[in-house]
Amino acid sequence: MAWWLRKAGIEGETRVQFRPVPPAMTEAASLRGHTLDVLGLGVRYGAFTALDNVGLSVRAGEVLALLGPSGCGKTTLLRTVAGFVRQTAGRVLIDGAGIDDLPPNRRRVGIVFQNYALFPHMTVAENVAYGLKARREAAPRIAARVAELLEMVQLGALRDRRPAQLSGGQQQRVALARALAIEPSILLLDEPFAALDRSLRLDMQIEIKRLQRQLGLTAILVTHDQDEAMSVADRIAVMRRGRIEQLGAPVEVYDQPATLFVAGFIGTTNRLPCTVDGMARLRLADGTPLPVPAGALPPGPALLTVRPEQLELRDEAGPGCFPVELGLALPLGGQTVREARLADGTPIRLTEPRLGAIRDLGARAFCGLAPGARPALFPRPTPEEE
Amino acid sequence: MSSAAALPAPRARGAAAPALSPWGLAAPLGLAYAAFFAAPLFMLFAVSFYADEQMTRFGLDQWRRFLFDSFHWKVIADTLLLGLKAVAATVLLGFPLALVYRAASPRWQRVLLFVVIMPLLTSVVVRTFAWIVILGREGVVNQLVLGLGLAAEPLRLLQTELGLVISLTQIEMPLLLLPLLSVMSRIDPNLMDASASLGASPWRTLFRVILPLAAPGLAAGCLLVFASATTAFISQSVIGGGRLVYLPSMIWQQAMIAAHWPFAATAAIALLVSVSAVIAVIAYAGRVAGGRVHG
Repeated sequence: MAWWLRKAGIEGETRVQFRPVPPAMTEAASLRGHTLDVLGLGVRYGAFTALDNVGLSVRAGEVLALLGPSGCGKTTLLRTVAGFVRQTAGRVLIDGAGIDDLPPNRRRVGIVFQNYALFPHMTVAENVAYGLKARREAAPRIAARVAELLEMVQLGALRDRRPAQLSGGQQQRVALARALAIEPSILLLDEPFAALDRSLRLDMQIEIKRLQRQLGLTAILVTHDQDEAMSVADRIAVMRRGRIEQLGAPVEVYDQPATLFVAGFIGTTNRLPCTVDGMARLRLADGTPLPVPAGALPPGPALLTVRPEQLELRDEAGPGCFPVELGLALPLGGQTVREARLADGTPIRLTEPRLGAIRDLGARAFCGLAPGARPALFPRPTPEEE
Repeated sequence: MSSAAALPAPRARGAAAPALSPWGLAAPLGLAYAAFFAAPLFMLFAVSFYADEQMTRFGLDQWRRFLFDSFHWKVIADTLLLGLKAVAATVLLGFPLALVYRAASPRWQRVLLFVVIMPLLTSVVVRTFAWIVILGREGVVNQLVLGLGLAAEPLRLLQTELGLVISLTQIEMPLLLLPLLSVMSRIDPNLMDASASLGASPWRTLFRVILPLAAPGLAAGCLLVFASATTAFISQSVIGGGRLVYLPSMIWQQAMIAAHWPFAATAAIALLVSVSAVIAVIAYAGRVAGGRVHG
């Protein structure tokens, strides 16, 4: 959880309500879940490529977040898995068996839609029973299962209400219960928290995570909100322009971004223009040498992406330090987010622990990498590549 | 009047502006309705209570004559049945078209909408005579049927109820489709996806999700078609001909040929009451369905 707490400090969000999932629940998981494999999936609409050779494997009992800006193909991927969109290339396998030729109603894939898509003409109980009735289960069994599911999402008292009479959070629980009623092999969550207000969103994230763990569900969460992806998902696939840019655990994606896009999309990042010289040493634009290994990067212009918490302020110049002019300070609880400018005007953001006196606006100071910080280094993109 | 009164009351902007009450604003239309709708309707009622053709004394003779003759009841039944057949035919053809419209791309939706509205852009008389050309002994349908060897002699379509229902179906179709399409296009497409993902077949989705949600629009469309088909005097007399007697043509005969105004007035009120009764039933059914959706 260390990465998470650190991030919470930077973003300064109200995370007080967060209650971690008890470890007992997490261990019971992953036995009943199903696996999902996506192989070389492509979706084209005429000249537009919505998905381009996407491959990923979701492990049993895992929550995988598809994270990316709008239009990156994450929803198309979800809809292809659900069977609403027919792929132009590639395969989708559940438990190793292809489901490409099955219509949506035979896939047993549960979906929670962004707007919940509850049937407005049915009561809460009828909504939850819908999938069971479609499977022609016996009436007593349906009644028992509906009662059980409504109990699980704590909506037993509202079973005869219509969706319009429910709050957003309640509607979402109905949508979840309805999707879970058919005992789906995979649960798809399409931006399920986007329509909820902030405090409720966190509650529902915990709720869904708890149920997912408890039931050992394999789930895919589509979101454009990185905090949501980080707090709910076991792994994150960052998508852009119909491709997966990086697939990994939240900490991995945050600490070791594979591309410049991922570095910028996840968390707050400072982009420091620098150069790799002939001896594989890294220098800032003003010539300050930085103690960062250039790795396999060829000599030439590069970009160093540094998280705000990877930088620290000093009063004295020192090796690897560069002068900055301090800007606004935002005290956020235990930490202060500080804006600053390099000598060439590049704006940066960094965090300071609130121990001593807060430095003045406009003061000059020196900035260096925090001990142990391992910022990511990328070749500097040409304007077209951005 | 009532619809104008239901609008929110306009607020007077400044003290100098004369305060216009909503009733004042509704007055011109209200007076027009009173003079040209309520008053003639009242006169129609009054005329029906004249006992004799010359309208010299009052009495219930015309009502007795109308209600105690089984022929008139048969005409009422035929008229209402014609309306129901037209409703059934428009729904059977129109609902699938509405489903196609839903699924179509915006460009095709515009094309379909134009095709749907087209009958409204031509006069009833022209449309009706066009159907004579199509349904007649030497008409398009019969030439096709004879040419393909499907029948030995021309089918009799004109002056039959079948021919009348066929032409009414085309003529009344826009009245069904316009309210239906507007309601259908407001149904969240995610609901169909949700239904499919829960394991429902397309048919189940149609009957359990689309149809209940489209019910208010469907009821409104049926109502318009029914009211229009039962009173479609021109189509009824031109395509139905003299052998098929419906209330509108009976009223016309009594008023214009027999010059028996009291009896024509009685028949007119019978038409008004019987059609309104069926409309009330359709509207009630639509409200029940709509209340379930929006309550």
